[in-house]
Amino acid sequence: MFRFLVKRFAMIPLVVLGVVTILFIIFKSVPGDEAAFVAGATATQEEIEAVRIRLGLDRPLAEQYLKHLAGLAVGDFGYSTTFRGNPLPHIVDRLPATVALTVSAIVLTILAGIPAGIVAAAFRNRWPDYLISFTVVGLLAVPNFWLGMLLIAFLSVNLGLLPSFGAAGPASLVIPTLALAARLIALVARMTRGVVIEELRKDYVRTARAKGLSHDGVLRGHVLRNVMIPTVTVIGLQTGYLLGGSVVIERLCAWPGIGDLMLTAVSVRDYTLVQAIALIFVVSFLVINIAVEIIYRFVNPRLRYA
Amino acid sequence: MHEVTPARPARRRRGVNVFLWLGVSLLAVFALLALFGEVVAPHDPNAQDLFAMLEPPSAAHLLGTDNVGRDILSRIIVGTRYTLSIALASVLFAGIGGVALGAIAGYFGGVTDRVVTGIIDLLLTVPNIVLAIAIASVAGSSATGLTIAITASFIPPLARLVRGRVIELAQEDFVAASITVGMSHTRILLRHILPNAATVIIIELSLNAGQAVLIGSALGFLGLGVQPPAPEWGTMLGASREYLTMAPHLVIAPGIAISLLVLAFNAFGDGLRDVFDPGSSS
Repeated sequence: MFRFLVKRFAMIPLVVLGVVTILFIIFKSVPGDEAAFVAGATATQEEIEAVRIRLGLDRPLAEQYLKHLAGLAVGDFGYSTTFRGNPLPHIVDRLPATVALTVSAIVLTILAGIPAGIVAAAFRNRWPDYLISFTVVGLLAVPNFWLGMLLIAFLSVNLGLLPSFGAAGPASLVIPTLALAARLIALVARMTRGVVIEELRKDYVRTARAKGLSHDGVLRGHVLRNVMIPTVTVIGLQTGYLLGGSVVIERLCAWPGIGDLMLTAVSVRDYTLVQAIALIFVVSFLVINIAVEIIYRFVNPRLRYA
Repeated sequence: MHEVTPARPARRRRGVNVFLWLGVSLLAVFALLALFGEVVAPHDPNAQDLFAMLEPPSAAHLLGTDNVGRDILSRIIVGTRYTLSIALASVLFAGIGGVALGAIAGYFGGVTDRVVTGIIDLLLTVPNIVLAIAIASVAGSSATGLTIAITASFIPPLARLVRGRVIELAQEDFVAASITVGMSHTRILLRHILPNAATVIIIELSLNAGQAVLIGSALGFLGLGVQPPAPEWGTMLGASREYLTMAPHLVIAPGIAISLLVLAFNAFGDGLRDVFDPGSSS
């Protein structure tokens, strides 16, 4: 376990270096003069040149790249036009909101997806199963931002139960969480159903039944131990959805996280900020995946000893 | 010489596969709308009628009108072309790129494999919407930019899938036999390995197409996709946000259109999997 962790964490700087390089290449290929853009629309030619020299944009690309890397190593993401300097502190300010949203989406996924899958499997080919499976198919087809719009229309505008946007206490988190988690809940429910049905067919279940254990007893005592595995798998595979989806949902609900900030950065062409936030997402992706693998090893002993 | 046929599936669904047919028929309807949208649409999708703004559904406008009095039904019908062509184009390009990369990495192994998998693993760490936003902000907000962005986000997972399947197949006896009789690597890959991997690839691509519709409409919604006044469904939803309370019919119709198209691709992919690969229904 320890060796595995060391190996995984050692990978982070490597991946980050690779992603930084790709982002650097993508954003250096943006057409237009970066210095003129940073200096603003009313700047004179002298002012533009001054900015060019101050930001080192007159230097060769290779040198700019190395300077960029050296800056990142000490937490300097470069010059953001929005914040007139290093955007890192402002990103850190907004990080808790995004973490709150994604974590509550995962919690809701576990609370809703697993029971739904178990119920569907226990009532296989009867109406609760059909109802749940039908809902799953629907949730996988519905765009999350549209679901969010409908939730806003019904829950906050029509019924007045919840705030429709912004961050005013925990109630504000309900709609974005539901919209973001819907797809994950559907995937977990579907996979849990499959796993439970699969497990129920196995020899040990027949043995348990033969011993005289009731159907429910087998479910509770034996089969349910296995249901955490699909959940963890889904969350691992859907990390990209979770993070990317949070960007869209944050914009829809004006939830003040880093995804919303990234979209603002795109609209004002603050590419330093876009790159910085993209990098934060990549690091989050890696961290979530390491966490998922650790949990996976706990819930699935077969892997631990492999 | 015998053609190598894959082992018969252990269990075939009896009768027709409901999912597959649901998917095929829905897709056929959407394809017809995409091809003949202007002919079918009851109104000009861009004709404004300032005396009929935000009208609820009526006999003249079956799905109502939007904030400048354009007929929503006509806009949705004509808009099919944008969504469907972006989804199909990105899936086609991702298919070509992903299959080529995955097949080369999986078949030749060694350094080639390590370089390709390295890049794939790298790109897999960037969430697809984030990658799409980055590319859309550079390539510009247009149907082309959108297609590039979605394609780029689909290639890595697809390449990984193809690589795995090719590595599996390369160990089969028929590949060893082909090498023995002196076939070239290209011929073995194209004629023997890839046809055997085709089902997995097609199933994955049709599920990807559903994803492409979702990502494309999300970017349209965010203003990073097809630009107004083009009647792209996600863009329409983005523009209708302010009218959520006043005129909910603006929001409902495009969302249903997106969901139905995604449902069609998902049902098609799931149906194919049921037919060809009954063991692995997940």
